[in-house]
Amino acid sequence: MTNMKTITLFFLIALTSFPSTIHCRTLITPNDANLIENTCRRTPNYNVCIQSLKSNLASLSADIRGLALIMVKVMASKATDGLSIIGRLQRGSSGPSPALTSCAGKYNAILVGDIPQATQALQGGNAKFAESAANDAANEATFCENGFTGRSPITAQNNAMRDVSVVTAAIVRNLL
Amino acid sequence: MGSSTTSNESNDIPCSYIPVPDSPDAAGAAVEPRRQVKGLFVIFCGMLVLISLVAFNGYYRASNNGHEQASLAAALTKIIVEESGSETVPASSRWQQAASRGVSAGVSEKTNRLFSSSNSNGEMYPWNNSMLSWQRTAFHFQPEKNWMNDPNGPLYYKGWYHFFYQYNPNGAIWGDIVWGHAISRDLIHWQHLPLAMVADQWYDKNGVWTGSATILPNGEIIMLYTGSTNESVQVQNLAYPADPSDPLLIDWVKYPSNPVLFPPPGIGATDFRDPTTAWLTSQGKWRITIGSKLNKTGIALVYDTVDFKTYEKIEGLLHAVPKTGMWECVDFFPVSKEVKNGLDTSINGAGVKHVMKVSLDDDRHDYYAIGTYDEKNVKFIADDVKNDVGIGLRYDYGVFYASKTFFDDSKARRVLWGWIGESDAEYADVAKGWASLQGIPRTVALDTKTGSNLLQWPVAEVESLRLRSDEFKDLKAKPGSVVPIDVGTATQLDIVAEFEIEKEELEKVTSESNVDKYNCESSGGAAQRGALGPFGLLVLADDGLSEYTPVYFYVVKGSDGNLKTSFCSDQSRSSVANDVVKKTFGSFVPVLEGEKFSVRILVDHSIVESFAQGGRTTVTSRVYPTRAIYGAARLFLFNNATDVSITASLKVWQMNSAFIRPYNPDQSN
Repeated sequence: MTNMKTITLFFLIALTSFPSTIHCRTLITPNDANLIENTCRRTPNYNVCIQSLKSNLASLSADIRGLALIMVKVMASKATDGLSIIGRLQRGSSGPSPALTSCAGKYNAILVGDIPQATQALQGGNAKFAESAANDAANEATFCENGFTGRSPITAQNNAMRDVSVVTAAIVRNLL
Repeated sequence: MGSSTTSNESNDIPCSYIPVPDSPDAAGAAVEPRRQVKGLFVIFCGMLVLISLVAFNGYYRASNNGHEQASLAAALTKIIVEESGSETVPASSRWQQAASRGVSAGVSEKTNRLFSSSNSNGEMYPWNNSMLSWQRTAFHFQPEKNWMNDPNGPLYYKGWYHFFYQYNPNGAIWGDIVWGHAISRDLIHWQHLPLAMVADQWYDKNGVWTGSATILPNGEIIMLYTGSTNESVQVQNLAYPADPSDPLLIDWVKYPSNPVLFPPPGIGATDFRDPTTAWLTSQGKWRITIGSKLNKTGIALVYDTVDFKTYEKIEGLLHAVPKTGMWECVDFFPVSKEVKNGLDTSINGAGVKHVMKVSLDDDRHDYYAIGTYDEKNVKFIADDVKNDVGIGLRYDYGVFYASKTFFDDSKARRVLWGWIGESDAEYADVAKGWASLQGIPRTVALDTKTGSNLLQWPVAEVESLRLRSDEFKDLKAKPGSVVPIDVGTATQLDIVAEFEIEKEELEKVTSESNVDKYNCESSGGAAQRGALGPFGLLVLADDGLSEYTPVYFYVVKGSDGNLKTSFCSDQSRSSVANDVVKKTFGSFVPVLEGEKFSVRILVDHSIVESFAQGGRTTVTSRVYPTRAIYGAARLFLFNNATDVSITASLKVWQMNSAFIRPYNPDQSN
C-alpha cells in the first residue's frame, strides 16, 4: 500500500511540475534575451546599448547583424534629432554661429554618408564599412562638440550621438 | 632646366626643434580662465612675430638666406615651445590618452580610427573650398568624383594597361558598388572609360565586388569576381570581354550560367570573396584560391577548373593562420630568387619562392609572407612561421589595403596596386565630393640581399613626370636643427635622399640594452628625441612650421654595436585641423653593412608615399594641411637626434600632372 502511495505521490508531483517547465520554454526565448545582454556587455556602454535595443521589439528575434541594423536606425534618429535641434538654435535668439553651421554639416554627413554606408554594409555582408561609418559618426559628434568655445548648447545631443555610434561600432566588430 | 646646387654651405644653425604640443586634455571640456589669458598672450605675441615675418619676407626671398629663414622659424616656434613646455607629461603617455574608448571594454584596439572625445581644447578648423580642392592629387589614379576602393582585375592587353576598381557612382561613401574602368599606355597617364560592370543581375545585385583577371596562353581574358546576391550571399562569377578585338575592352559579358561558385559547406555566406588570378597546375588545370575564415582563423580555399565554368573544390586549405580573422583579397604569386624580373603566376620550381598575401578584415592592413608552394600537397609553407601571413610583414605600414598584383609580361615585371583610403572625416569627403586614391603602381620583387622581405618601388614610368630638379650635396644638420631645402613650391615632388651619421659621434654613443624598444606607432613621433634619431625630411611644411609631416629614420645602437633602424611617417603635426588622423606609422627597416640611410618620397598633395632602403619598408600617409598648401608648402631637412650630426644629400624633382581625364578618341595615345 505504501508503495502505491509513494508512486502516486511521485507521479502527481511529476505531473504538476512538467507542464510548468514546458510552459516556460514556449513562452520565453532565453537565448535571444541573452544575446542582447551578452552583445551589450561587449560594448563600451551597456546601458545605452540595452536602452536602444530593448526599445525596439525586433531586437528580440534578431541575430547580431540584426541588432547592429537596429542600432544604425537608432543612430539615424539621433542624427535627425541633432540636426533639427541645431536648426532650431540657428533660427533662435542667438542666431547662427560658425560652430553651429559646422555642426549642421557634420550631422548632415552622418545622415547622408555614415547611415547609408552602415546600412548597406550590414545588409550586404561587408561589415567593416559599417564599423568605419559608425566610428566616423562618433567622431563627427565629437568634432561638433569641440567646435564650441565655451559652453556647447547641444552637449546632450552630441553625447547621445557619440554613445549610440560607439555602441554600434562595437556590435559590428563581432561580425568581422 | 639645369639643377642648382647648394654645396658646402654650412647649415649648422642651432634651431630649436618643435616638440609635440599639449596632450589632448583628458580631464575634459572647459578651458580654464588662466589658460585662456595665456592663450590670448600667445596669440598677441604670435601676431607681432607674424607681422615682422611678413615685413621681412620679401627681404628673405631676395637674399635666399637660409640662416635668416631658420632663425625666423626658430623665433616663431620658440613661442609655441614656451606654451607647450608647461606640460611635463611624457610623449608616450600622450598617445595612450588618445587610445580608442573601446579598449577598456575588451574591444580590439585595431578598430578603424575612433578619436578621443576630448581633443584640442575647442579648436575647430573650418575647411574651405580652397583647402579641400587642394587635396586632389596631380598624378595618382582617382576617378573624377565619388568613392573608390579595391583595385580589380589589373591587366595588360594589346598595348594598353587596364585598371578596374570598386566604385560608387552615387556618392563619396562606400555603397552601390560597380566596376570602374580606365586605360593607360604607361601605368601613369590614365583615361577614364565607361563602367565595365554594373549590378544588373540577381547574383551581383548587392554589389559587383572584387575580382582578378587571368590571361590564358591563347590571349583569352578571364575575369572572376565576387557578386553579393540579392540575398547578400557572396558568390563567384565569370565575365569576359564582349569583343576581344577591342583593345579598349569597353564592353563585358557576364557568363549566362553565373554564379560559378557558391559558398561551400561550413563556410559562411558572407565569408567567401575576392577570387585570385589563376595559375596552372602540373596537371594542366587552372587553380585559384579564395580567402575565408573558420571562427577566427583566416584560411585560403582552393579550387581547380579547366574551363572557369565548373570547379572542383580541393580538399584542405592552401594555408591557414589562427587568430587573423577573415582573409580578404588573397594574392598568391611566385618571385624569382635569381633575377630582378617578375614571374608569370604559373611559374614554380627551383629558383622560385612564393608570396602569399592577405588583407585582414580585422585591422585593415595588408600582410605577406615569403615561403614555398608545395604543389603536390597544395600547401603554402612560410619560411618564417613566427612571421607567417597576417602576423608578420606588411606591404606598407600606413594606409594601404586590398592590394593586388598582376604580371606585366610586356616588361617582365610584377606590379602592385593598393587602395589608399581617406584619413579625414566623412564630412570633408561629402563636402569635397570624392574619397580615396590608388597608390602609384609599384614593382614587387624578392630582396635577394636579405632573402626575407620584398622590395617595392614606384614603376619607372613615374619618372616621366619629373620636371626640373634641385640637387643638394652634403648638407650638414647638427643635433636639434631644421634646414630649409629651397625647391620653390613643394606639393608635387619626387625626392631621393641619403643620410649618414657622423662616424666619430656614432662611436661615442652609448648602446642600449633593448635594441627593439622603438616603435614608430607608439612613439611620440619626430618630437621624441633619441641619441641617434629621429632625422629625415619635413614634407608639406609651411614656413612657420605650424604644419609639417616628418618622414624619418630612428636608429638605436645595440650592445654589440649593431644598429637597429626604424622608418616612420608622423602625422601628428601634419595639420592644425583636429578632424584628421594624427598617428605615426612605420616599422623597422633592414639597413645592411655599408648602406647609407636612403629614402624616396613621392609628395602629391594629400598623399605622401615613402620608400626606405630601396623599398624594404614603405609607408603611405594621407595628409591634410590647411596652411602648407599651394604655394605655401615647403620642404625641410631635420635632425632631432641629441648626440649625432647627420649629413644629407638629396635630389628633388618637381612633378608634372598626369592629366588623368576621360577617354577622348580624338586625342591619340
